[in-house]
Amino acid sequence: MTTTARPTSAVPTSDIPTSDIDPFSHEVLEDPLPMHAALREAGPVVHLSRYDVHAMARYDEVHAALVDWQGFQSAAGVGLSNFRYEKPWRPPSIVLEADPPRHDAPRRVLQKVLGPRALRRLQDGWAADAGSLVDEVLARGTTFDAVASLAATFPLRVFPDAVGIPQAGRENLLPYGDHAFNAFGPDNDLVAKGAPRVAELSAWVTEQCRREVLAPVGFGADIWAASDRGDITPEQAPLAVRSLLTAGVDTTVHGISAVLYAFATNPAQWQRLRQDPALARVAFDEAVRWESPVQTFFRTATTDVRVGDVVIPEGHKILMFLAAANRDPRRWPDPDAFDLSRDPSGHVGFGMGIHQCVGQHVARLEAATLVTALARRVRTIELDGPTKRHHNNTLRAWESIPVRVTLD
Amino acid sequence: MTAPAPAVTAADVATLRVTGKQRRADGVLTLDLASPTGGRLRDWTPGSHVDLLLPNGLTRQYSLCGDRWDPTTYRVGVLREPSGRGGSAFVHDELAVGDLVGVGGPRNNFPLVPSERYLFVAGGIGITPILPMVHQAELLGADWRLLYGGRRRASMAFLDELAGYGDRVLARPEDEHGLLDLAGFLGEPRTGVRVYACGPAPLLAAVERACAGWPPHALRTERFVGAELGAPTRDGAFQVELARSGTTVTVSPGTTVLDALAGAGVEVLSSCRGGVCGTCETGVLAGRPDHRDSLLDDDERAANDCMYVCVSRSRDPRLVLDL
Repeated sequence: MTTTARPTSAVPTSDIPTSDIDPFSHEVLEDPLPMHAALREAGPVVHLSRYDVHAMARYDEVHAALVDWQGFQSAAGVGLSNFRYEKPWRPPSIVLEADPPRHDAPRRVLQKVLGPRALRRLQDGWAADAGSLVDEVLARGTTFDAVASLAATFPLRVFPDAVGIPQAGRENLLPYGDHAFNAFGPDNDLVAKGAPRVAELSAWVTEQCRREVLAPVGFGADIWAASDRGDITPEQAPLAVRSLLTAGVDTTVHGISAVLYAFATNPAQWQRLRQDPALARVAFDEAVRWESPVQTFFRTATTDVRVGDVVIPEGHKILMFLAAANRDPRRWPDPDAFDLSRDPSGHVGFGMGIHQCVGQHVARLEAATLVTALARRVRTIELDGPTKRHHNNTLRAWESIPVRVTLD
Repeated sequence: MTAPAPAVTAADVATLRVTGKQRRADGVLTLDLASPTGGRLRDWTPGSHVDLLLPNGLTRQYSLCGDRWDPTTYRVGVLREPSGRGGSAFVHDELAVGDLVGVGGPRNNFPLVPSERYLFVAGGIGITPILPMVHQAELLGADWRLLYGGRRRASMAFLDELAGYGDRVLARPEDEHGLLDLAGFLGEPRTGVRVYACGPAPLLAAVERACAGWPPHALRTERFVGAELGAPTRDGAFQVELARSGTTVTVSPGTTVLDALAGAGVEVLSSCRGGVCGTCETGVLAGRPDHRDSLLDDDERAANDCMYVCVSRSRDPRLVLDL
């Protein structure tokens, strides 16, 4: 797929630590924590020889790279693929894969549409939906799969409605998002697995972004209204809707799985939440820190950028391990503990800076309402059999979390 | 559990040092502002303004007119306004390189929307928000022109910087050319063009009349910034009362509300610590916040029903929060 010659490798004239590990191998995806620790300890910047990228795994360096949009751009792609030399698999995102100034207008519109004040009108309805979903699940029994029954169900119940897409075809959302997040990684078997359906899923998603298809009230309609005001162009409106459908489903599903798994394996924390339900929001952010549903993003150096003793050459990719930064002991005391007494503020699980997750308030609201509804009825929650990971090049995900609960 | 110091501290973004003060035209100077620690400032987009909380107790809004690719410096242009209440006179006569000023924002009520063609109209100090806009339009390869008026050539700032754009810029001092020829500059109403205007009220009224026949949303204007804000802000400590627990927390001048709350054992979830992301939104039940975030527009600020505790403070001795 390479269309232009890449620049020759700028590898290490100085003594940058080097690693030949493949962060996207199934072995690492199954349990990336040992690799995260090794990369953090190796140094502030580590050269990954297999992909010729510079990686950062410590909190300070990852945070600094995330906020430095001047030095580390997104428009050359936030995956391994370098759009300067390779054709993207789909038209690039106008927010995620854009730099200022083109990034400004769509970001501003989405920030308003998805802002905390805009979400107030959804709050009560979502709380009621969460309550009925929990009632339905518990009515069927006290052992169930927390992924299939709750984490993968609740976001698909409320979010597509909030965007305003029709009922038909919603089962396409998760596979589309799964492929999009795989596509940030190397062209490995996970990408190949999704390839046969790319054309079909992309066509379906594109269709949902049309004004005529979207409901008259919702995030989608709000985005189109912004284009009527000229805040974005009519060409940008469907791509802004597409961003919600790509980035707003899988991430939330895996984030909710993460918080449910965390509680199922930390009974004392579940009791803490039961005593103080106001901790639901903090619990979700602590789970996002602890598990980091989005593990990695790439950037591209716009000039020779110095990081400590290392110079990242212009045009070269950096790989930021958000997950490793979120468990960096230099920043977080006892980082491997899921602990509601911790203040998780400042974690980089949603990124940081101008590209920070624009849907983070939506995710928090979804997760907090579901966790709150569960805490109202469930006295204890624990694992009820072997869990199973779902591998994705970017996402840390669960296929299955069997749980057993006791009720009040 | 106490976390180590965050990578971005409130001191980096809420109080800046004057690092440059330069005369640009008769009665116009620019101030350069930077963090005392030299760190990154909050990001901004063309059309943004900051609130400067001057050491004499006055607060003034000024458009940012510097280079957003320099993340460590803000630049504002300040016209000496003889009729003002002393904000601009203070900046011109008293404020010196090395002084500290409180900063709120940046906020943008005048954003540059995407277009292939722009017509910019600036009057006097109204050139300040337009300056980064024309730079951006040029960067995007848009077709743009600027009509810039002022009383005399010597009173018009940034003519040297604008000279680089050649005949895209029409500088029209009134003593040489008379009133701006808006009709000639704007031409016939048409689609696909955005008109941006900033300047004194009579100029904006004239632009609005001239654009009456244009498609809706074609024209975007901003009144002169440097507007007087309401109640003065507080330099000293203030009390924050937490309605649900009945606790009262004192916020001292060097501390954020967020940190003062955490110090009292009340954790409020936050993320950016710069008034940008919105995570720490907290309900306000009584008292008027001193809003310093980049999120709320003027109406939302005036409602005084919520605040972002990572940067915003209090105008009253006591705030009551929904915590």
